[in-house]
Formats: sequence, structure tokens, C-alpha cells
Amino acid sequence: MATDLTPKSTILDAEQMARAIRRMAGEISERNRGVSDLMLVGIRTRGVPLAEAIAAEIERMEGHAVPLGALDITLYRDDLSMVAAQPVVKGTHLPGPLDGRVVVLCDDVLFTGRTVRAALDHLVDYGRPRSVQLAVLIDRGHRELPIQADFVGKTVPTARDELIEVCFPQTDGTEQQVRILERAAR
Amino acid sequence: MTAASPVRWTREDLLGIAELSPGEIELVLDTAESFREVGERPIKKVPTLRGKTVVNLFFESSTRTRSSFEIAEKRLSADNLNFSASSSALAKGESLVDTALNLQAMAPDLIVIRHAHAGAPHLLARKLKAGVINAGDGAHEHPTQALLDAYTIRRHKGRLAGLKVAIVGDIEHSRVVRSNIHLLTKMGARVTVAGPRTMMPVGIERLGVEVAHTLAEAVRGADVIMMLRIQLERQGRMAIPSIKEYFELFGLTSARLAGAADDVIIMHPGPMNRGVEIASEVADGPYSVILEQVTHGVSVRMAVLYLLSGVHEETA
Repeated sequence: MATDLTPKSTILDAEQMARAIRRMAGEISERNRGVSDLMLVGIRTRGVPLAEAIAAEIERMEGHAVPLGALDITLYRDDLSMVAAQPVVKGTHLPGPLDGRVVVLCDDVLFTGRTVRAALDHLVDYGRPRSVQLAVLIDRGHRELPIQADFVGKTVPTARDELIEVCFPQTDGTEQQVRILERAAR
Repeated sequence: MTAASPVRWTREDLLGIAELSPGEIELVLDTAESFREVGERPIKKVPTLRGKTVVNLFFESSTRTRSSFEIAEKRLSADNLNFSASSSALAKGESLVDTALNLQAMAPDLIVIRHAHAGAPHLLARKLKAGVINAGDGAHEHPTQALLDAYTIRRHKGRLAGLKVAIVGDIEHSRVVRSNIHLLTKMGARVTVAGPRTMMPVGIERLGVEVAHTLAEAVRGADVIMMLRIQLERQGRMAIPSIKEYFELFGLTSARLAGAADDVIIMHPGPMNRGVEIASEVADGPYSVILEQVTHGVSVRMAVLYLLSGVHEETA
């Protein structure tokens, strides 16, 4: 389990993480020429605090609030038959209809791309967004599906068996930061 | 947001409430909460059980429970197959085990069974690789009904512990009562049962409930009142002199709600007999949550199908 993981290095400290989020927020409003049709949707668990942080930055810059949603993709996973016990389902909450909106999916780490695939399937069950964009704090490579992010906080080359740990005060009770953990040699 | 339950689901079958821990009950109810939202979407379907086959094996007639399971299965994208007593080979004299072994040969993942005899689901669970869900066995248990009742209570009261729950009617022949008593007492509710002496099993107190001999006594201070169906089809073999007399003594009317808690909720597992165990004014009245129970039944059954489908023989 998680016990044989040891921190290798810090990729983003609290200040660097805040700066990366600020830059992503700026890119999102620039790319979309304003934020009037925008909706930020975080993928549970740590996509949600990321979406909240981006939304707060956009509101500070543009002066009005962006609707926020949370997506639980558990029911859309392609590996349910491979896990020992079913994961806890925490539920999806979207602030309104998706039709005609620009949805920015937010997640902490982009890895195989399978979570994003599940999230896309989930989203279209709610309606037909005008477009869907993807914002991730960390892109660590090793894609297994043809999926790329539109907005990236930081690209980090990793080994496949390393783990990226993203912490938010809301979900982890610690200061925000990103670290690489590696499996301890036994 | 409810905190993630620390309990993991490891059971292959859901045969009764008696063997469940409070943590497992809590996990089913929390999971059902997430599935309720699926029923409120424009597209009420998720791909979770795609490629899984569920067999609904109903040896006793049932409209509500069977259609509730069917909808739950369809919303999870499972393929389902319905067998009912009248159309199955059982009518041609095949034994339960033979029917089951034949089904097993078609490799279903889950079997939902209702049977007139207590223990039939347990027999299947022992014989088959598929997970088995008890949808009612004789007068023994009906676990998904108790879970949906608990879910409905929790949504209204925010908790189960400390509530006073009155269950009124034919206590002797009701599997709903047995499952509900197990569940509610495990979760810390105080349960009072009431009904004619002839419908009250001897020694019921041993299950941790109080016995009231009048409706007024049961209703006094109740947060929840569950009315049970009088099985009119048993007429002639019924343990009461007449339906009219039963309604006079145990039928729930507005006037008889007087002693209950101000925010009492009235439940009924259905199908109800208006004017026998419950007056229309109560069934359709402001305290009634009877139709909500039906809606919640789908969420709870989705939760059960989801949890059981994640457990395989190798890992269990």
C-alpha cells in the first residue's frame, strides 16, 4: 500500500502552485475571449479544489463568478471488474444545463488519460456542451489514449511506477504542494 | 457530503439483514445516496454494469419489487432476464436447484430471487457461482425493502438512531417486518410492533422490540409509522374475524395519528389495501412517504447491484 512510498522531490511548493493556477486561469479566459459561457467542472477528488482555485482566480481577474461543478466518474471507469471492492461513489453535481456552454474539465494529474475518457462519457450524458477543454495541474506523460490537455500547470517527466502526490488544504488538510513519491527499494 | 464510509463491501450475496454490520448498512445507504442523482438526470443510465447479466427469478408474483430491480439493472446498463413462476420450467415440475443449475450454465453474474420458502436464496447462494440477492423468501427476510425503508427514514429524519418506529399489522407472516426489525435495532432505533394477538409471533420481544397491543399505544410518540399489508389473498385462512373489524382496531386514520410526533412519517411497503390497514386520507395525506419509498427503492437496489457486482469468488 502507500506505506512503501517515499518522497523523492517537491515539484511545486505552495507559492509555485498558486502561480501555476493563476497562469492557467489567465490562459483559460484569454483563449475563450472572456468567461461568459464558461463552466468549470472538477473531476473528483482533487480536480474539485483545482477547479475552485481556478474559478477564484478568474473571478478576481474578470470580476464575475464562473459556475462550478463536480464530476464523479466512478460509474464510468473501465477497470471496475479489476478492483477488489467497489470504490465509494460520491456523486456528481453540475450547476446547470451544459448545452451551449464551454466546459473546462479540471483534474490534478493527467496520466493514462483513462479518467478523462470516463469524464467525457459522463459529461455527454448531461447534455451537449459547445466545447470541452481540459485543464490539468500536472501532465506526467504515459498516455494510453489519444487525449491531450489544453491548459497545463507543469509538465513533469516521470517513471511509470512513480507517484505524483497533489495536496490541497480542502482534501488533504495540508498546505498545497505537489511531490513525486517513489517506491522504496525492498 | 457524507464522509466516505471506511467499510469495504466484501459479500458476494445479499441474503438478509441479520448478518450485516451497521457499517455495511451505512455503506449501502451512502452508496444509494449517490445513485439517487442518476435517477434525476436527463439520461438516467450509467455504463457501470455493462456486459453483466442479471437474472430476475421470481417464483412468487411481484410487480413492485421486480420492476424496481429491473429499472435499477437497466439504469446500470446490465442485461437482464426475467423468469416468473407461471412461465418458468418450475411450472413443469423442475426442482429449484435444477432451474438454478440451468441458469448457471448461462453464466449470469447476479441472480435476484423471490421464493415462497424461507432459505431458497441461501440454497442458491451455496450452489451457484453467481451472486444472489434475496428479493423476499417466505416470511423470513426482504433485505432490499428494509434498506429502502431505512434510506427513506434517513432522508427525512437525518438519522436512524434514537427514533421511535411503530410497525403495525400482520407481524407473523411478514418478511418485511423481520428485515426491518434487524436493521432498525442494529442502527439504534426503538421499534414497537403492534397487531392482533393472532398475528403476533410468540417471543418476538427476543428480537429487541416492544410489543403494543393497541394501535394508540404503538403510535404514541412515534417518529415513523410503518403499516403492513393485510394479505387479503389469505382470506378464509386469515387470523382475524373480519376486515371491517381489523380496520376498526388497527386501521390508520387521521384521528388516530393524534399521539404521534409532529413530524411523523407514514410508510407502507405496498401494495396497500385502502380501508383495510390504512385510510385513504392518511395514504394520500401530508405525512405519507409511500410513493417516495418506491422511488428510493430503485436507488437502493442500484447500490446493492453495484456493491455485489464488485465482489468475485476469488476475492471474497
